[in-house]
Amino acid sequence: MRDTIKGFAIAVSLSVMSTAAFAEGGVPLVAAASKPVTSAEITGSVPEKLNISKANVFNRLLKKIKDPNAPPPEDGIHDTANEATFALQPPKVAYEGWPRTEYGNHVDWVKALNDGLINPRYDRVDPEVEPFVMDLDIVRPVKASVPDVVFPHKPHTQWLHCSNCHPRIFVPQRGANQINMSAIILGEKCGVCHGKVSFPITTKSCKKCHSKPKPADWTPPLSEASVKNPWR
Amino acid sequence: MRAKTERTAVWKIALFGVLAWVGGLMMPQPAQAEYADVVINNYADAAGMRPVVFPHWYHRIRFRCKVCHADLGFKFKAGGNKITMAKIIDGKFCGACHNGEISWSVENCGMCHSGIPGTPTHISGSTVQRLVAPAYKALDKNKQVQ
Ligand code: HEC
Ligand code: HEC
Ligand code: HEC
Ligand code: HEC
Ligand code: HEC
Ligand code: HEC
Repeated sequence: MRDTIKGFAIAVSLSVMSTAAFAEGGVPLVAAASKPVTSAEITGSVPEKLNISKANVFNRLLKKIKDPNAPPPEDGIHDTANEATFALQPPKVAYEGWPRTEYGNHVDWVKALNDGLINPRYDRVDPEVEPFVMDLDIVRPVKASVPDVVFPHKPHTQWLHCSNCHPRIFVPQRGANQINMSAIILGEKCGVCHGKVSFPITTKSCKKCHSKPKPADWTPPLSEASVKNPWR
Repeated sequence: MRAKTERTAVWKIALFGVLAWVGGLMMPQPAQAEYADVVINNYADAAGMRPVVFPHWYHRIRFRCKVCHADLGFKFKAGGNKITMAKIIDGKFCGACHNGEISWSVENCGMCHSGIPGTPTHISGSTVQRLVAPAYKALDKNKQVQ
């Protein structure tokens, strides 16, 4: 009996420690209270005092998203002292039953549209106006080892007008635009929308744009410095 | 007798553990607004109104980007349209729809002016904003080692 209780206490203390580690700032809750017994002291298996500095928390820089679709009163930008905040719709209510993704709004807008789950207006007042959709794929070969980029006009013209991109963001001519990843991440070129409103740039979304596999015999070009390296 | 006191002690630890765990769940978590919510605060704070929060997700269920960004002329820049109440009641920007016909009318101040006072103009969850260090800049072609 006592062993079970002890085991329970240890398990609970451990869960306290893990919760504390997740809390922002990583301030351990255990230390905050009037110094309770730690699991280490109960088991005696770990050094008495683990003096881990706050500079050495496991994730120093990674910020995990707790709830990507938090309801307005809990999302950190809406004021809860404002009564109307509670009249706003929580995103999860709207997204019920939609195809999910792991980034952005965490929903697949392209699929939601194509599956007929939404039918947003193309005209402010007339719900009957059909969008002018153009199905033209532009392949952009990439020097790096990642798959080549395919820019599909179809999902873009379903949402946008030609004038949203041409000519201010892109000259409407194949290969006439200099595009690279740094510019995109900084919010230029594709990054005007991707990373702001349409799906963002994360490890999980690279393949949405980099979707055409390289030929089987492709090898990355060697850099000049490596070819000329006298110590090679 | 001794065994009994020890047992109470263990129970106390267990109780404390449960309480602390529940407490941990109730601690305020890092703020995470819905992706693409735009806070607009060029003038609101200064005029004593809460900043405006514009939810993209909510509007794009009802309208394609083209309606706002081509027809109504919203530029692709948070805070870049210099929206004011005078323009809104003249039927421009938000006022093209929030006019009591397409959507509820402007007297519902709190629906738009719902942001936490002092929040700067920004678009939430953006890639640039989530970088842990300033973004990598491409090498200048002229400065590359030949
Ligand atoms: C193209 C038309 C249009 C424009 C422009 C527009 N809205 Fe809306 N908005 C709507 C419609 C339609 C609704 C839904 C109204 C309803 O539920 O009856 C809505 C709803 C809202 C809501 C409530 C969301 C909820 O959770 O219920 C907010 C907040 C809002 N709009 C803010 C704005 C702001 C701020 C602007 C200007 C920056 C703006 N809107 C511009 C059409 C528009
Ligand atoms: C989301 C932005 C976007 C939208 C919206 C868009 N385009 Fe494009 N368009 C591009 C990009 C990117 C390219 C490729 C440019 C390059 O390769 O440098 C392109 C290329 C083109 C080309 C050149 C094709 C070729 O073979 O040389 C034409 C023509 C064109 N677009 C027409 C249109 C028309 C017509 C519309 C509206 C129906 C439209 N585009 C909408 C981004 C867009
Ligand atoms: C003007 C805004 C805009 C620009 C610029 C833009 N996109 Fe998009 N893109 C969108 C929107 C809106 C969607 C619809 C899906 C979404 O919102 O996530 C989309 C969807 C896509 C999809 C389809 C994803 C799928 O699920 O099938 C691809 C691929 C894509 N974009 C690649 C690009 C590339 C590559 C560029 C640059 C050459 C680019 N986009 C530039 C707005 C834009
Ligand atoms: C919105 C579409 C889009 C997404 C998402 C995207 N890329 Fe790119 N990427 C591009 C385009 C467009 C280019 C330029 C291709 C060219 O040279 O014409 C590019 C180029 C590159 C290059 C070549 C070097 C350079 O800067 O030109 C690398 C490497 C790369 N991307 C890696 C990634 C990785 C890693 C991810 C995921 C984190 C990613 N990309 C996500 C569109 C995208
Ligand atoms: C449809 C959304 C919407 C509604 C409803 C709304 N506003 Fe605004 N309001 C805005 C936007 C957008 C701005 C620009 C915010 C900025 O840049 O700081 C603004 C700015 C303001 C400003 C500062 C700029 C100026 O024009 O002087 C005041 C004051 C203001 N609103 C008061 C009100 C009051 C009072 C009401 C209710 C009668 C109201 N608003 C209702 C969207 C709205
Ligand atoms: C109901 C109107 C409305 C619709 C629909 C809409 N937007 Fe917006 N968009 C806005 C407003 C308002 C702003 C903020 C402008 C400001 O602060 O002056 C904005 C800002 C933006 C920005 C600028 C963000 C930044 O700071 O760089 C981008 C990019 C954008 N929208 C893309 C899109 C895309 C892509 C779609 C379609 C999926 C879309 N929008 C649909 C109203 C709309």
